[in-house]
Amino acid sequence: METFLQQMVNGLTLGAVYALIALGYTMVYGIIQLINFAHGEIFAAGGYIGVITLSFLQSRGVLEAHPTLGLVLAFALAMVYCAFLAVALERMAYRPLRDASRLSLLLSALGMSIFFSNGMMLCQGVYDKAYPIQLYSTGQFTVGGAVVSYIQVYIFVGALILMIGLNLFVNRTRLGKAMRATAQDKVMSALLGINANRTITITFVIGSVLAAAAGVMVGLYYGSVRFDMGFIPGIKAFAAAVLGGIGNLTGAVLGGMIIGMVEVFAAGYLASEYKDVFAFIILILVLYFRPTGIMGEQVDDTRV
Amino acid sequence: MLKVEEIHTYYDHIHALKGVSLEIREGEIVCLIGSNGAGKSTTLMTISGVLHPARGRVLFDGQDIAHRPADRIVGLGICQVPEGRRILPRLSVADNLEMGAFLRRDREGIRQDLEKVYELFPVLAERRRQQGGTLSGGEQQMLAIGRALMGRPRLLLLDEPSLGLAPIVVEKIFGIIQQINRDGTTILLVEQNANLALGVSDRAYVLETGRVTLSGPSRELAHDERVRKAYLGEQ
Ligand SMILES: Nc1ncnc2c1ncn2[C@@H]1O[C@H](COP(=O)(O)OP(=O)(O)OP(=O)(O)O)[C@@H](O)[C@H]1O
Ligand SMILES: [Mg+2]
Repeated sequence: METFLQQMVNGLTLGAVYALIALGYTMVYGIIQLINFAHGEIFAAGGYIGVITLSFLQSRGVLEAHPTLGLVLAFALAMVYCAFLAVALERMAYRPLRDASRLSLLLSALGMSIFFSNGMMLCQGVYDKAYPIQLYSTGQFTVGGAVVSYIQVYIFVGALILMIGLNLFVNRTRLGKAMRATAQDKVMSALLGINANRTITITFVIGSVLAAAAGVMVGLYYGSVRFDMGFIPGIKAFAAAVLGGIGNLTGAVLGGMIIGMVEVFAAGYLASEYKDVFAFIILILVLYFRPTGIMGEQVDDTRV
Repeated sequence: MLKVEEIHTYYDHIHALKGVSLEIREGEIVCLIGSNGAGKSTTLMTISGVLHPARGRVLFDGQDIAHRPADRIVGLGICQVPEGRRILPRLSVADNLEMGAFLRRDREGIRQDLEKVYELFPVLAERRRQQGGTLSGGEQQMLAIGRALMGRPRLLLLDEPSLGLAPIVVEKIFGIIQQINRDGTTILLVEQNANLALGVSDRAYVLETGRVTLSGPSRELAHDERVRKAYLGEQ
């Protein structure tokens, strides 16, 4: 029972991270029907900016005095950096291919993924970069025998706040509604005065900001980042997006949570060496039996 | 107000418009009739900037807008109710209407126009929270018109508003179209139902396979033998 609860806690934490990344996949897919393979690398870049910021502050002796401020700064800079990265990515690698075949676009995304991951390797080296987490990893408490670290709480609450923010943006604001309109019918949206390019840019920016936050969270959670850290979580989050029904925001959150849970429970009760396999198994099963995912009715009537 | 000069529009290699010219003056209802595939929708899409002519000009208030993107043309006051209505299916009725006013910033004016639209189509007010895609055909047509009105159009382009609707709904919609016109909006109406269109419009153009073959005051065209034979079902 205690391990069960413990797995729940760990699963929720991991699931929240996957959900954040999955949202970016699903939003971009919803609006331009592209699987943005470079999304995992944006997540990794966020992790790097986080560690660079924190290490810099630590080297200046500021971090000890203002740990919370340091954290806020790490998240903020990672998000801003990844927002610019996403704008550049979309402008250079995807926009010129707007009228090209979907395969060309997909290949461009794959290429950018490799390009970014190699770029990070060249700039930051091939070894793990350690997060200065001593300041943050101390606190914890127990509920019913399960140990909950403060970091886990921060991650979960942080992710929740971001998701609520996204939900409000998409459902309540003029730009958020325009984004959904563009995803639903580009020609009609243009006839209403909505600039598709601008909306697409906003979509990329939002997805990348969420991924950047996830990157810093993962760095804090596992204590380090590496140039290729985007690959596996990227695919898992993609699996989560497909599981939830690609194009569907609620589905992405749900899918992320399920994948996180399954991974943690499978690692705990079956075999931890195989923990990465389960997301792929789910992906294959979903694609085979229900390619529209749990809530995926939204994709099929999207007009292109 | 609008002057279309000799436009040629292509879909890849399909030459859909072969030199279409027409003119609409402020305050008029002009209709464009023709059978399936004549190029009526293509003409509207070219005016709206979704398609761009390979040759020819589209003059609005004297400016050539033929090569402006669609989302910039709306801002000039040209709104379209496209063929098939194209309601945003997963946006609520209220949000569909709000998107109609996407480019406007005058909150007070938007609020007033929303009230007007709800007054014009009370059923939309009842269903304001419902998703657009769940409305009936007639309700969707009303929503599409309401949405276009939310843009405060000076020129309203309507593509087959009668399509697929029961006669009584068609009658209601055409009544409203005339009312919109009386309130000061110029209208370009595309219809296959020539009888109806000629009945409400001031002037008409007949389009056949990408060319204007006839034009003139609607009353005269309604009595023209060629029109009666081809479009009014007389032998
Ligand atoms: N997306 C497209 N791709 C290729 N050809 C098209 C496309 N849309 C229309 N066409 C062709 O252009 C011509 C004009 O079509 P258009 O839709 O303008 O006709 P229409 O007068 O509106 O007909 P309808 O009354 O059936 O709506 C037709 O021959 C049609 O086949
Ligand atoms: Mg048509």
